[in-house]
Formats: sequence, structure tokens, C-alpha cells
Amino acid sequence: MRRRKSEPYVRLVEPLVREHGVLRPAGWEEALERAAEGFRRNVAAKGPDAFGMFSCARATNEMNYVAQKFTRAVIGTNNVDSCNRTCHAPSVAGLARVFDSGGGTSSYREIEDADVVVLWGSNAREAHPIFFQHVLKAVHKGAKLFVVDPRKTSTAKWGHRWLQLHVGTDIPLAHAVAREIIHSGLANEAFIERATEGFAEFKASVEPWTLEVAEEVTGVPKELIRELAHAYARADRGQMSWTLGITEHHNGTNNVLSLINLALLCGHVGRYGAGLNPLRGQNNVQGGGDMGAIPDRLPGFQDILSPEVRAKYDALWGSTIPPYKGQNLTQMLEAMERGDMTCVYIIGENPVQSEADSEHTRKRLSNLDHVVVQDIFLTKTAQLADVVLPASAAWCETDGTFTNSERRVQRVRKALEAPEGARDDIAILCDLARRLGHDEWDYTSAEQVWDELRQLSPMHAGMTYQRLADLGGIQWPCYSEDTIEPSFLHGRLWEEDPAKRGRPAPFSVLDHSPPVDLLSDEFPLRLTTGRRLDSYNTGVQSSGFESPLRRGETLDLCQEDAELLGVRQDELVQISSRRGAIVAPVRIDDGLRPGLAFMTFHFPDEIDVNSITIEATCPIAGTAEYKASAIRVEKLPPGITEDDRFTVVPV
Amino acid sequence: MTAIDIGLPRRLVEFELDGEPVRVPENATILDACTAAGTKIPTLCQGDTLQPANACRVCMVEVEGSRTLVPSCSRKVEPGMVVRTDTERTKTSRKVVLELLASATDLSTTPEVKGWLEETGAEPERFGPPAPPSDDRDHRQPGEHEVPDGMTAATVRQPVKVDNDLYVRDYGKCILCYKCVDACGDQWQNSFAITVAGRGFDARISTEFANPLPESACVYCGNCVEVCPTGALSFKAEHDRRENGTWDEERQTETTTICTFCGVGCNLTLHVQDNEIVKVTSPHDSSVTHGNLCIKGRFGWQHVQNR
Repeated sequence: MRRRKSEPYVRLVEPLVREHGVLRPAGWEEALERAAEGFRRNVAAKGPDAFGMFSCARATNEMNYVAQKFTRAVIGTNNVDSCNRTCHAPSVAGLARVFDSGGGTSSYREIEDADVVVLWGSNAREAHPIFFQHVLKAVHKGAKLFVVDPRKTSTAKWGHRWLQLHVGTDIPLAHAVAREIIHSGLANEAFIERATEGFAEFKASVEPWTLEVAEEVTGVPKELIRELAHAYARADRGQMSWTLGITEHHNGTNNVLSLINLALLCGHVGRYGAGLNPLRGQNNVQGGGDMGAIPDRLPGFQDILSPEVRAKYDALWGSTIPPYKGQNLTQMLEAMERGDMTCVYIIGENPVQSEADSEHTRKRLSNLDHVVVQDIFLTKTAQLADVVLPASAAWCETDGTFTNSERRVQRVRKALEAPEGARDDIAILCDLARRLGHDEWDYTSAEQVWDELRQLSPMHAGMTYQRLADLGGIQWPCYSEDTIEPSFLHGRLWEEDPAKRGRPAPFSVLDHSPPVDLLSDEFPLRLTTGRRLDSYNTGVQSSGFESPLRRGETLDLCQEDAELLGVRQDELVQISSRRGAIVAPVRIDDGLRPGLAFMTFHFPDEIDVNSITIEATCPIAGTAEYKASAIRVEKLPPGITEDDRFTVVPV
Repeated sequence: MTAIDIGLPRRLVEFELDGEPVRVPENATILDACTAAGTKIPTLCQGDTLQPANACRVCMVEVEGSRTLVPSCSRKVEPGMVVRTDTERTKTSRKVVLELLASATDLSTTPEVKGWLEETGAEPERFGPPAPPSDDRDHRQPGEHEVPDGMTAATVRQPVKVDNDLYVRDYGKCILCYKCVDACGDQWQNSFAITVAGRGFDARISTEFANPLPESACVYCGNCVEVCPTGALSFKAEHDRRENGTWDEERQTETTTICTFCGVGCNLTLHVQDNEIVKVTSPHDSSVTHGNLCIKGRFGWQHVQNR
């Protein structure tokens, strides 16, 4: 079928300011003054908490450090967050609750040496292809691969076993695995006794989840659940990795905790080769959080509520950091709607297209007195701004560092000159800080920022730029310039000495909570969303190259459902949810089961899938339930042609 | 249950290389040992991220007690072994192998080979002028040979395949080293889009049924191009620039940075000419990527240059 392609985005090369309702080109001086004046005005009128910073999980650690410092030291609020909220905030929240640290616990190299690998809610073959090569190394050496996914993805096709659960039944499945491990006498009792707490309550909580009950609820045959339980528990080195199939639910943090429970049950954490690993979706979403671009942590993942920690920062920054947590991205969007938040500074993020229920997000941003967007493109979000500041592209036009999914901090190097007119993010932040009365703000290099961070964050202290280059990156923590820590975290849990062992890792007692968007006669199909190999997120970057694999947005259905609806491959259909409706062509996918439909979110300028997804969010981490919407699919009335396919039809 | 052996620390092994005692870690190949000792051995099919394929026969050396020459890229060093790299026998072998390769294949984009031909005194022209390109190589069946007339040198020349926007396949430059097949197969990418089809001199790298790439299992990771030693596989951006004469490596810089398309942290080396990215490779010594990338990392850079 012919695909109408949207035009690729063109780089921004001059600042824009809004005048009489439209954006017009402006000089840097005027744009910076307008940006600063708006922040000054709003903070003066409503206090610093009327300000919000959307920092950028795509930019360097150094930029994120400076952005959160700007928020805390110049404006005086902790309202800083980034799109980690839309993906792996539940992973960070879950891991931090149990282990006091929000990072994945092992390394890619260790996965090659695992003997059982579980990929739960992860299509790594397409979304993390190079990580999956490490998994395949293990598979070729004899490791067993279990894939838990509602769809028969290309990852699932590599699994020795594929557990096809119903969307949103991860906790029942994990509980049944736990119960089977306990009842079979395969739990690692010595580890549980020494390194964990709350086992008795946990054991009681999973007791109702027999294999039979779990099969009924999850749709996974009990023999497969039993096999996963026995293989994982008997493994010497069991690896558990997950992606957004676990986190993008209204109870994402609980889903993460349910997997952590399994690792605690078997002692598959804190040792070489065994671990818990969230596969991060953006190049520096790990680093953004590590740098304190989140509302409850200072750089180095240090607790904002600790007076000693704040005092250390205040002393160096000359600031007074508020002694309470700021608002996360989800809460900021709500505060905009209430009118409590009146100005935002958005760096390299595109919430209008990336947030669930996108029309709602657009309305909330339109509600603000002052919106400043700093980006390399005039995104849909930038089009709503009062001031647009053209930035350089972090990964190839600036120096700095990114931190990957295995906590490895690696050097980012400038290979290209930014286009004439665009400026470095950190330089722009410094300019704004000076305009807001902080004359001392002047960083001349990314390394200077990094060295300031190393003074404040013990887990980064030993990572000089020179060492990062010499060693091919260094995994945190790295406490001093002459040491390297083991490649896995939480080895302390295996110490003989209770003092060295530290805080026991708690089991979590969790309830099953099905998806919020209920299936009904009116909306009988379950829609889940995900990625494809050759495209990326909202498509702003990946639309820039021609991929022979790309086929545009489709509504994927199984053959049975297509027949039931009387629709054919390539036929345009209307897809409605409780929030909106869109039109897209059908694609038959034999990896889906009856009742389950799939779409990506890569082509929002053509088909805005997030106008029908649900905004129900995880109360702990604030991540939306992108993975489970209730939809209805209908044939188009006669007379509607292909040219109408991109219009949003009112419900 | 310990299903997977994770290995033990390696010991050192001592052997004799061109009359000198040398110590290397056990499991090192003769080629590894030569490289460490500063003895240059030419090779085409050896890949630092791949298991030895023993295909090109350029790196052959003499081992005392061995009836035949041995490929240094795969033969492991054994204690007490006596290895010679620079005898009449190794020189003759290398000369003939290079002559055969250079007479049958277009080596104009193979790095270093010009020097090796000169050093060994190879005369690929002695087999006659090259036969004209053939348009039926992809469909030859075993046993269907025409008897050559001896007037021209048999070659693998054939038209360049340009069937998509990302890769070009110029199999007239292919020496059948297997590196692309191994990179696409179980050693890295596991896509199995290509393999060796045909027998004898008709052997060639092929997709299933010689389909164009867009109709094959190819996922455009470019990991085959990354390991190709002769330029038979190249990125279209590079191919087009070479064609129109604007490819100039003298004016290029190489800068290693990190990919932005997911959180895995793949290392990218950006080849930049006149402030434009013209090619992306990946450092082979990175513990994250080992020289491999996916379609996004390899080709997803144009957006920053839409300026």
C-alpha cells in the first residue's frame, strides 16, 4: 500500500519567539531575554514551584547535571524530570526500594555466561538488537531462553519457551512461578534467611496462585509456568531482563517488584552472571536519573530528603535546595491543568507526541503562561512554545558522557560542528542563569561540569575523562581513581558479616490489578503498543533515513480477528478508544492471539496512536499504561478514501 | 547445575618463532603471537571479531614436522612448536595465492594488498587479460562449466548490485572469505540472510534464491559491511561518493561517540568529511558492540544533517 510520508524534520537554526500568537524568528539576545523574563515573572508571581523542567534523556550527563542544577540552584525548586517517566521510572523505583540503587545489577558480558535467561515483556531482538547479541551468545553456549510476551515477537521466536500471557497479568504469572519454586523446595533458603526480609508474608501472599489459577488468569499453560519456575530456580546463573512490557502499566512498579521477588527467592542477584536488568530505551535515561534530573534525587542518586546531602550541594552551589521532593513529569502535567504550574522549560523532549492521551497533553501545555522549548527541531511541542531555542545534537555535536543500561559511563565526542545559529545546551543554560542573577554561571567545557559532578557524587568520583577513554567506559559505582568495582551490584548481600551485608532486601507483597481500561462490548479488543527494529519513538530521528524495512503505521491483528471483523490486509479501518479515534491500515500478524491488537507509536505525524492510549499512571512511578488500551475496530463507511486516513475522526 | 563453563585463567606457552623464543598465553594463534612479536603476516579473511575461517590462505606459515603449510590465523600455538614465517616455501605460497586472487578478483579497494603484491613479486597478469563480466554467475549450476579457451583469466567479475538505499554489493571484488556470512550468521547477527551458494569457481555469496536484499532476510545492520576486507560490500553513501569522485579519506576525520537510539550504549565511529557524516563504523574492541550495530545506529544519522 502507498504510504504517505511526512516530511523529515529540518534543523532549527534561529531562535523563535511568539508574537501576536505566531512564532517569528528572533536574535539570540531577544530570545534569551524573553525566556528569562517569563521565568522571572512567573516565579515572582507564584513562587519557584510554578516552574517545571523537562530535562532530556537523550542529552549528556553533563547537560542533565547542569539542567537540574539550574532548576534547584537558580529557580529554587525540585520540579525536574525527564521522559524516564514514560518508560523505566518503575524499574528505578522498584530496584531502589529493594536494593537502594536504581540501576540494572549485572553486565552484558555476564549475560553471555548465564545458563538461564528470562526476557519478560521485552522485544530485545528489535528494540535492543546489540544487547540481544549478548543473549544469543549465551543461547549458543547452551543457556535456556524464556520469553514472556503476549505477542510472538521476533524475540519470542528465539526462545526455547514462549509464555504468551494476557496483557497485564504479569503479577499473577510471577506469583505462580514463586509459589511453584517454594512448593518444590527450590527456594534458596540460605540466601533468603541471610539477605532478605519479609519472606513469610510474601510466601503467604502467593499461596493462592496455584498453577491452575494462574493458567486461568494469564492464559499460560501450567506446564510452561512450572518449567520456567524450575529452570530459573535451578540455574547457577539466572538472568532476568525486562523492558516496557513490565513498566508501561498503571502498576508498573509492582510489576518490577514481582520480578525482583523471584530473584530474591533464588539468590539470583549480587553474584557474577546472575542479575536483574531493565533494558533502558534511551541513550541516557539511566544517566539523566543518575545526574539528579529527577524530582527526588540529587546527582549520584542521593536522597533529596537527607539534610547532610543537601548541605553538601548547597555549600558548593551557594543554593538553598527545597527540603521536599519535587513533582514528577506526570504530576507536573496535572499541576499545569490545575494552574499551579505556569511555566516550563522543555529541553529535547516531545511530550505532545510521546505522552499517552496526547490531545490532553497539548491542552495542558496550552494552559501555561510561559513555555520555553530547546530542541534541534521544531517538534510538535516546540510549535506550542513562547520561545524556541535551537540546540546542538548531543551525541555528535557536543562532548560529554552517556550512561548505558549496564551502568557504563562512556565518552560522547564532538564529531560535527552544529549548524550555524544552533548553540550548545550547557552554554544556553549558563546564559539564562546569568540573566536570572547568577553571574558566576560559566562552564567552559563539559569536562569542567563532569569534574564538579565527581566532587559531589561518590559513585562517579573515580571516573576521569582520561580513564573513561582508556578503559572503554567505566561502570558505576567507581569510588576512586585507582579502583574498579566488580561488574555486578549488591555483592554485599552474600557477605558473611551482617554489618557488611547491610540492609536486607525486602520481599514485596503485591496484589494483582488488571488493566484500567476495561474491555467491554463497546471496546472489546486489547491494544498494546511497541517498537519496530528500524524506527524509534516518535520518529523525529528515524524518519531522517530511508529504511527498506519500513512500512509505516498499521493496526496489527490476527487472522481470526480480521475475519471476524470482515477486514482484509491493507484495508483502512477506524480504531476507537474511550479517548479518541484514528484511521489506519490493517496488517495481519500471526504472532497475535484473538482479542489482541498491536500498533507502534513511530509515526505520530501520520497516525497519532497516542491519541487513543490511556493515561492511567503508576501511582509510585508515574508511568502511563501505554501497553493496555481497550479499543473497537470498525470498517470505514463507504465514501471514505485513502486521503481521509490521517484525519482524526471525532468519537 | 553448571551448564556453562566460564573458563579459567590462561597460562603462558613458549615456542620458537623465526629462531627466537616467544611466550604467549595459551590458546593464542600463531598470528596473534606474530602480531605481538612485531612480525607482519598478511591476511585477508582473518577478523578480530570473528572465528578463523581459513579461507584466503594468505597467512600460511611453516611449522616444523607439519607436512603442509598451516594457516597462522587459526593454528594455536603449542609448547615447543617451531614456526617459520619467511622461508622460500611460505614466500612462494603467498605469491601464488595473491596472484590467483588478484587475477580473478578486483582488489582495487582492498587495503594493503598492493604492497603485498609488490613484496612477493606476484604477477597476476600472467594468466592473461581478465574475462569480461558475467551476468549469470548467480544462477550457475554445479557441473555446467564451459571449458575455458585459455585466452583470458577466469574472473568473478559481474555487475554491481544496487537494489536498496543502504548497501551496495559488488561481488566482482569478493574473495569468498566468509566474513560477511559469519557476521550475518551465528557469530553475531543471527539473521542468516546470506550464505555461500554454488561450488568451485562458481561459489558466490548469495541471499536465498539470489533474491534482491529487500526480499531477503536482511535487516540492514551493516555488520557484513563492517567486516568485508575488500570493499565488495559498501554503504551506498560511500559507493555513490566514490562513483562521483567526492570520496576523499584524506579529508575525513574519525570520531568515536555513543549511539542515541536506545539504552544499550553502542559505540559509533563517525567518519566525517566536510562536516557531513559519510559513514558509520563501530570499534571492534568495544565490550558493548564488538564492531556490531543495528540499522538505526548504522544509518540513522541523516536527521542531524537536515540543515
